[in-house]
Amino acid sequence: MEKILKVENASFSYDKQNKVLKDISFEVERGEYIAIIGHNGSGKSTLAKLLNGLLVADSGEVTVANFSAKDKKSLFEVRKRVGVVFQNPDNQLVASIVEDDVAFGPENLGIERKEIGERIDFALKAVGMEEFRKVSPTRLSGGQKQRIAIAGVLALKPEILVLDESTAMLDPQGRKEVLEVVEKLNEEEKVTVIAITHYMEEAVRADRILVINHGEIVMSGTPKEVFARAEELREIGLELPPVCQIVSGLIKKGLQIEKEILTEEELLEALCELLQKN
Amino acid sequence: MKDVSFGQYYPTQSFVHKMDARVKILLIIAYIVGVFLVASYHFLGFGACLLFVIIATIFSNVPFSKVLKSIKGILFIIIFSAIIQIFFNKSGKVIWWIITDEGLLNAGFIVARITLIVLGATLLTLTTSPVEIADGIESLMSPLKYIKFPVHEFALIMSIALRFIPTLLDEIDRIIKAQKARGADFESGNLFKRAKALVPVLIPLLISSFRRADELADAMDSRCYAGSKNRTRYKKMHLTYRDLLGFILTAGLITGVVFLNGFYVLLVI
Repeated sequence: MEKILKVENASFSYDKQNKVLKDISFEVERGEYIAIIGHNGSGKSTLAKLLNGLLVADSGEVTVANFSAKDKKSLFEVRKRVGVVFQNPDNQLVASIVEDDVAFGPENLGIERKEIGERIDFALKAVGMEEFRKVSPTRLSGGQKQRIAIAGVLALKPEILVLDESTAMLDPQGRKEVLEVVEKLNEEEKVTVIAITHYMEEAVRADRILVINHGEIVMSGTPKEVFARAEELREIGLELPPVCQIVSGLIKKGLQIEKEILTEEELLEALCELLQKN
Repeated sequence: MKDVSFGQYYPTQSFVHKMDARVKILLIIAYIVGVFLVASYHFLGFGACLLFVIIATIFSNVPFSKVLKSIKGILFIIIFSAIIQIFFNKSGKVIWWIITDEGLLNAGFIVARITLIVLGATLLTLTTSPVEIADGIESLMSPLKYIKFPVHEFALIMSIALRFIPTLLDEIDRIIKAQKARGADFESGNLFKRAKALVPVLIPLLISSFRRADELADAMDSRCYAGSKNRTRYKKMHLTYRDLLGFILTAGLITGVVFLNGFYVLLVI
C-alpha cells in the first residue's frame, strides 16, 4: 500500500521549553481510517495543525504525498491534499450562504467557475446537504453546520480528511450525522481519514488507533488490540467505550466471553451463544 | 435572537431582486441625487420621486408596509427637523405666533426629502442581500486596485463581518444569560449604571471574538486561502435587460425632476 502521510521524529513546542510533541513518528496508508485519541492537553490538536502546515515541527519531518509541510513552496500542495475540519463549526464558515462557503476553497485554488459549480454539487451531495445550498448557515443545527464545514473541505478534493475534535461541540444527534458522513466518505470515496478525538466510541470504527499521552505515542494498534489494554488506558485518563466496559465487567464476574468485543452486536451475539451453551 | 436578519433583506424572487447589485447601488445613488435636485418648494418633483419608489416597490414584490416601516426608525429625526423649521425659521410672513409660511414650507420640504431618501435606500437593502451589496461594492471599487487599494481584502473583511453578526448576537445573548444567572442586574439604575453593567458582557465578547478570529484564520489557511492572487470567483454578476430597464426608469426620473423644476421657473416668470 502507498504511504500517503509520513510523520518522522516530529517535535514541537510553543515556548521553546515545554515540548508539546516529542519525537512523534507514524505513517498512514491511502484509504486508511486512523483514530488518534488522548485526553485534553495530550498534544493531539497540535498534531492536527502539524499535518497541514499550520504549525511547523521544530525538528523532524511531515510529508504528504512526497510534499514537505516545512517548505513554504510546497505548503499549498500539502494543504490541497490535507483537509482539516475543526471543532467549532461557527468559526470555520466564511460566507453567509452555504454554496458560497463551499465555493471558498475551490476559489482559492483558482478553479474555473463551471468546475466550482460541479464541486459544490459533489461536496454537498457527499454530506447529504444538497437541499440547503441557498440557505444561510446560521439557520442550521450544529451537526448540519459541521457537515457544511466538511463539504467546504471536500470541495478541495483532499486525499486526507483530518477531523480535529470535530464532534466535540455537537449533540449526540449531530455527532451521529457527522460520523456517518465521514464513514461513508472513507468507504465510498476512499478518502483517508484521521480522526482526532477524546470520545473512545468514535475510535471503535477505525482501522488503527494511536494513543497519545504527554506528546508521545504510547500505544498503537487495531481497536481490539488497544482496548484490550484497559488498565494502561485508565492510567493515562482514558475510559474504555461503554460496550468494552460492560464486557470487562462481565468477565470480572466470571462470564466466559471473549475479551475483544467492540460493538453492541458482537456483545449480543456472544451473550446469546453463552445462553445456548448453558 | 437567531432571526435577526441584518439589513432587513426580504428574500423573494422578483424583477428588482434579480437586478445586478452594482446597478442597484448606482441607481439608488442616482435616485438620491434626483431627490436633491428637486428645487425649493417645487413639490411636484417629489411627486415624481414618490412615483419612482412606488413603481420600484411594485416590481420588487415587497409589501408596501415593509417599505413604509423603515420610516418608523427615523421618525424622531423627521419630527425633530420639522419642528426646528416650523418654530425657528424667521423669514417669510408670520401666520400665527412665531410660525411663518416659509417655515412651514421648509418643514414640508425637509420631511419629504428625508422620507424619500430613506424609502429608496430601504428598497435597496430589502431587495439585495448583504453579501450581494458587499460583492457589488467590491466590483464598483475595483478600479481602486490601480492605486494599490486592497479592494479584495476590504470586501472580504466586510462580508466576514456580515457573516458573524448573527453568531455574535447569539453569543451576547448567551453571555447576558450567564451573567444574569450570577446575579448581574442589567435592568435597573440610571443610564450610567446600566452602561457600566454591560462591561462584564463586552469583555468576554471581545475575548471570544479574538479566539474566533484566530480559529477562522486557521480554517481559511487550511482551505488554501492565499489572498486575491490567482483567485477565481464562483458568483459572477452580469447585466440583463432588467438593469437596462431600471436605468431607463431612473434616467426618466432625473429628466422628469429637471423638467418639473424648469416648469416651475416658467410658471413664476
